[in-house]
Amino acid sequence: MDFRLSEEQEAFLDSVRAFAREHVEPGVLERDRAGTWDWDVWKQVAGFGLTGLPVPQEYGGSGADVLTTGLAMEGLAYGGRDAGLNLSLGAHLTIGAMPIALHGNEEQKQRWLPKLAAGETVGAFAITEPDAGSDTASMKTRAELHGDTYVLNGTKTFITNGSLAEVVTVIARTDPEAPAGQAFTAFLVEKGTPGFEVSKELKKLGNRTSPTVELSLDDVEVHTSQILGDVGSALWKIGFECFDWERTVMIASAVGSMQRDLEESVRYAKEREAFGKPIGRFGAIQHKIAQMRLRLEIARLLQRQAAWMKDEGIEHSTEAAMAKAYIGEAGVESALDAIQLHGGWGYVDEFHVERSLRDAKLAGIGGGTTEIQEMIIARTLLG
Amino acid sequence: MKVVVPVKRTPDTAGEKVIDADSLTVDREAGESVLCPVNEFSIEEAVRLKEKHGAEVTVLVVGPEEAQPTVRKALSYGLDAGLQITDEAIAGSDALGTARVIAAALEATEFDLVVFGGQSTDARTSLVPAAVAELLGLPSLTYTRYLEVDGETITVHREHEEGWDVVTASLPAVVSVVEAINEPRYPSFKGIMAAKSKPLETKSLADLGVSADEVGAGAASATMYEFAPRPPKEAGTVIEDDGSGAAAAQLADWLVEKKFV
Ligand SMILES: Cc1cc2nc3c(=O)[nH]c(=O)nc-3n(C[C@H](O)[C@H](O)[C@H](O)COP(=O)(O)OP(=O)(O)OC[C@H]3O[C@@H](n4cnc5c(N)ncnc54)[C@H](O)[C@@H]3O)c2cc1C
Repeated sequence: MDFRLSEEQEAFLDSVRAFAREHVEPGVLERDRAGTWDWDVWKQVAGFGLTGLPVPQEYGGSGADVLTTGLAMEGLAYGGRDAGLNLSLGAHLTIGAMPIALHGNEEQKQRWLPKLAAGETVGAFAITEPDAGSDTASMKTRAELHGDTYVLNGTKTFITNGSLAEVVTVIARTDPEAPAGQAFTAFLVEKGTPGFEVSKELKKLGNRTSPTVELSLDDVEVHTSQILGDVGSALWKIGFECFDWERTVMIASAVGSMQRDLEESVRYAKEREAFGKPIGRFGAIQHKIAQMRLRLEIARLLQRQAAWMKDEGIEHSTEAAMAKAYIGEAGVESALDAIQLHGGWGYVDEFHVERSLRDAKLAGIGGGTTEIQEMIIARTLLG
Repeated sequence: MKVVVPVKRTPDTAGEKVIDADSLTVDREAGESVLCPVNEFSIEEAVRLKEKHGAEVTVLVVGPEEAQPTVRKALSYGLDAGLQITDEAIAGSDALGTARVIAAALEATEFDLVVFGGQSTDARTSLVPAAVAELLGLPSLTYTRYLEVDGETITVHREHEEGWDVVTASLPAVVSVVEAINEPRYPSFKGIMAAKSKPLETKSLADLGVSADEVGAGAASATMYEFAPRPPKEAGTVIEDDGSGAAAAQLADWLVEKKFV
């Protein structure tokens, strides 16, 4: 058994970390305070090749595997400390570009993938509704067929990048009677289509540099050629696959920030003195550092295991659920420790760790809550 | 256009350098070795020549077998091929000895332009580029902060204390660049993966027709007599601002005194 990354993966992780320190970290405090999306930072990320990382090479991407895509998320979070950027990039790649790469027909792939891979537009995926989150099958957005056109009506919410995307993959019910596995269809809905609007920009606890919006669909006409994949099978085939990407790849962002916060905490514990010695000499501080390290290692092993299994084509829904459930909680615990260890400086934003706490909370909610992950884990044991 | 970028493997600048007390040379095994940071600028310039003129770029390394990761690292920025000169006899060469090896390697290669870094972070002599140009009888354009190639001509801005001179030369030529020349990019995933399959050639001194006694410690024309650790940093000058504006004048005086302005 070999836990090491390949030489190329190591080199890439180093490169992403260094890139992010130079091009992403500067100004992150101000961007978080203002809660703004920054196209300039996005363009840097695109220029470095991250916006097309797992997209096949023939469509302008780099054809990276799942594990490597996770490494990019980890390195970017570590070096850049901009969780919102990670969220937007993660959504762009895993639920924006990849569903098109995996389920699009040739024309759809030619049309959208080169643009997405180059970062000229940002990908988005809309399944959640104001009244349907964990219980995805209770979605109410309807798509009715009239000739060769579907007419979509409904509201989608919490949509990452929804205000940036030129095309949003929208899941809607095409059959009012059928069971969930045959009732839902994915549509590539283009920005500017009459009736398709950003109806609300949502303000959030953390990840503030990533736009999260509500989208309303009011008699939106979508041609049948804009169907992604097959009619009826979108929830199982596309929706759950997106959740799987989120649980194997996007959570690597949390691993990167846990590592960075640990390193910053160690440095602080060595420099900050109280009662005539560095605080790192106190057992209570050592306990926090040790726990942070422990959580980091477990988080990383779980995430990389799940990503590796996905690459190998091994069934991994329980492993992905364990990674997500663990990281969602551990990230928050470690951010709390980092704040506590920094004392008052941890509570103000200049030392970055209070932001980590606000950012970390999302991993237990988006892409399937911790409770849902626990349900998946328990189900495999209890049946 | 064919471009050669000679690069060096140097001890990591983040670590402490260790001098071997017997040979009085840098102990290269003591710490981690990396692609010399100044080469990031010469490589970036070569990549730009590739993007602009379709230049074919070869990276050249003089060094032991362990320097191979340095070649791969250089290739990961998007260069086309690697050439490594490896020979036990090269160990302990001074700047002139190294220049002889590089010049011989270049003579056996087709090229229009050689782009060096400015000053390696270990020895800091800045001698090699000019020595190579001299040995090959080619124009030497050092301290380059801007370069442009037009057909058979290269124009550079050559930096000095008061600004820069515009210097023109015909190709082939040898340039060395300063850090102000560009902002290097980081190797992308595509670049890193592509580097694995780029051709990498290794040559010995015999392949280049260089005799072992022209290089190495024995042939060195510089002799190292002693070394001492860097003295600790002295306390800086603190100018306190009392709100009266006197601090600004003091700061200006200090800048003038130190010849910064
Ligand atoms: C910042 C952000 C970005 C997002 N981006 C996107 C996006 O791009 N696209 C998209 O479609 N969605 C997105 N989401 C939505 C996200 O996936 C949902 O918020 C998530 O799935 C939870 O759904 P909900 O908010 O409706 O919570 P609910 O499902 O209403 O859950 C409420 C609470 O009940 C618990 N609960 C629910 N069912 C059970 C059960 N069976 N057993 C035990 N407990 C249960 C939950 O765990 C939770 O604690 C985003 C959300 C956020 C916050």
